[in-house]
Formats: sequence, structure tokens, C-alpha cells
Amino acid sequence: MTDRPEDRTPSAVRPYVITRGRSDTGGEPLAWETLVMATDAAFPPSLQPEHHKILTHCQGLLSVAEVAAHLGQPPSVVQVLLSDLVAWGLIVIRPPIPPAEHTDVTMLRKVLHGLESRL
Amino acid sequence: MASKAVSDDPDRASGQPGPHTGRTRDTPGPGTQPGKYVSAGVVGAAKILVVGPLGVGKTTLIGTVSEIKPLSTEAMMTQAGAGVDTVLTPGKTTTTVALDFGRITIDGALVLYLFGTPGQQRFLPAWRDLAKGSLGALALVDTRDLAASFDALGNLEDLGLPFAVAVNVFPGSPQYTEHELRAALDLLPDTPLVACDARNLRSSVQVLIALLGHLIDTAPPEAHGLVPPPAPAPASAPAVAPAPAPAGSTATESL
Ligand SMILES: Nc1nc2c(ncn2[C@@H]2O[C@H](COP(=O)(O)OP(=O)(O)OP(=O)(O)O)[C@@H](O)[C@H]2O)c(=O)[nH]1
Ligand SMILES: [Mg+2]
Repeated sequence: MTDRPEDRTPSAVRPYVITRGRSDTGGEPLAWETLVMATDAAFPPSLQPEHHKILTHCQGLLSVAEVAAHLGQPPSVVQVLLSDLVAWGLIVIRPPIPPAEHTDVTMLRKVLHGLESRL
Repeated sequence: MASKAVSDDPDRASGQPGPHTGRTRDTPGPGTQPGKYVSAGVVGAAKILVVGPLGVGKTTLIGTVSEIKPLSTEAMMTQAGAGVDTVLTPGKTTTTVALDFGRITIDGALVLYLFGTPGQQRFLPAWRDLAKGSLGALALVDTRDLAASFDALGNLEDLGLPFAVAVNVFPGSPQYTEHELRAALDLLPDTPLVACDARNLRSSVQVLIALLGHLIDTAPPEAHGLVPPPAPAPASAPAVAPAPAPAGSTATESL
């Protein structure tokens, strides 16, 4: 066989291999600003190392983008891995403010006043 | 291709020797860096894009206002892509775009992310993804090369994303009047145009304030109907007085 996966160093593993070729999760990918956090559920022993690494970084709330940066993986890969973990009940999410509320002046004013208090 | 990871992080706990690169992130205790996590009371997140040509000061501005050391990640996207950067199918032409981002927690309840993206036309696909769900954008402009900003401004208009323009003043920058700049950049009369030093916290926050003021001014009337009358703005922040005064004429005095 010419296929010798043991010759590959982890950094040479292409992202679509990490996600086993899956490029989407069936639904909308998690937005980059979606906040995620690990649950208290015990890690199943069969967990892939990439999934495991995410969980160790998610002991508090972090955005999808932050998880990707801490992991050194592109967000597109992390989005897929996180969706797995959500499906398995190992990660919970706080979705971003829905676009319908972007024009909610109450929310915008809160942001404005929060910024003003930094001056 | 390995994506480049986090920038180094000097205000981490001093127990860990050596420079921190992305490669050393798997060292013990990823959960123990002070300030790493969003505070537990935060109930939602929102984002703002920071766009502009190469070297205009995007990373600087994000670093100035962010409560965390700015992070960097490389988005992958298809060259001719329709805006989906999750297409990882082998054989497709993919390219990566480095994106810097930072974070501001508002009143312990809401977290605002600032994503810096390059302005060139060819990066538009990466933008579309990020623009989805953004509150709005800051467009940075360098007066030494106004034309370099045209792509970014055009992209924002195409995406229908509300924005404010920040003019970063560099040594030797030509001086323009506000009127000249508005004409050269073809800005709508109500688009805020503010001078900014991205290295300065106050100045950078002021630009964000101008953007938020603009978002409030341009919110549909029914959104305004939902709230009690606005509280008087602090005297120190005339640029964002919520009064229905001529929009856009407010934030530009420092130019
Ligand atoms: N005088 C002055 N210098 C600035 C300002 N903003 C940034 N700089 C300097 O300009 C240089 C480039 O700034 P960056 O923040 O790296 O620019 P960028 O837009 O992130 O650049 P790219 O990521 O290459 O597109 C740095 O040396 C900054 O110190 C500003 O407002 N005024
Ligand atoms: Mg930069």
C-alpha cells in the first residue's frame, strides 16, 4: 500500500482530513462570534485529538474565532468540529445577537454607552 | 497548510517561559490564562468589521481598543467563491486571508468583536461571510493614497453594511478639508467621517462611538419607538448626541 498515514506529521494533515472531508454540517455554520463553552459531560474515550483540544480550550466562554486562533486552525475547520461537539452534547453555544435585533436601538445604545464609559 | 495562530501574549501569567507562538499553545493549562475567557455573565455577542487597504492601521486600531491581545486566524476561501469559506473540497483553488480580531466586553453583558479584513476586491468573498450578522463597519482611510480605499468602500456599499469612515493621519499626510474628502471618497452626507489616531485609545473609541451613533441614527423608526426618550449624552461626547440633529455633521469637527 502506498497509503502510509503514519508518515504524516500532524501539521501536514490537511484540514479536510481533520474534518473527514465534511465541509458543512447540514445547517448554517456557527458564526465566528458565536460563544461556545464545554459542558460538564465526560469526554468519550473515542474522541479525536482535535475535538479533545477544543474542549480543553473551552473551559469558559469563547467565540468560535477565538477557539480557532487558540487552536491554530482555520475557523472553517473549527466550525465543523464544534458542530460535532454540540451534537454530542459536549459544547453549548450562546448564539450571536440575531440580525433582527441589530436595529434594536436599546441594544445599540447599550453598546454606545459602554463605549463612552471607556473614554 | 498550517494556519498561523495567535500572536504572542505578554500579559499572560509570568510562570511560562519563552515566547508564545501558535506552536506552543498546546503546552499545559490552556484554560488558565487570565483574561482569556469572556466573562460568564455575557449573554450575547455582536461584531463590527474594520476594513481598509494594506498598512492603513486596522491591526493597530483593533489592538488599541481590544481587551485581549489581538488574535489572528487565517480564513480559507475558494478563489472564485460565492462567499462560503467552508468549502474544503480538495482540488478547488483555495486561498487564505489573515484576519485579526479583538474583543470588547460591554457592561459585562455583551461582547463586541472587531474583525479586521483586508480591503482588496479579491478578498470580498471572505468579507461576505463576516459581514453577515455584523452591526456595521469602520472603513479606515489613509489620505496619502485615497484611491487605495475605494475597493473597501465600494464593497461596503455593495453589501449594504452601514459604516463610518476614519481617516488615519500619518506623518506627511496631505491635508484635506472635510468637503474635499467627502467628495473624493464619494460619501453620503450622513456617513460619519472622523479623524483618528489608531494608536490612541480615546481616538479609536471615538471612532467606534461615531459608528454606533450612525447606526442609531439610521435605525428604522419602529426601532426607536420601542425605547424611552434618550438620556442626555455626556458633555464629553458631543459627537454622538442622540438628538435628531443633522446626522453626519457631528463627528467631524476634529478633521
Ligand atoms: N501615524 C499613525 N500611524 C499609524 C496609525 N495607525 C497605524 N499606524 C502605523 O502604521 C503601520 C501599519 O499599521 P497596521 O495596523 O499594521 O496596518 P494594517 O491595516 O493592519 O495593515 P495590513 O494588516 O498589512 O493590511 C504601523 O507601523 C502602525 O504603527 C495612525 O493612526 N497614525
Ligand atoms: Mg494588519
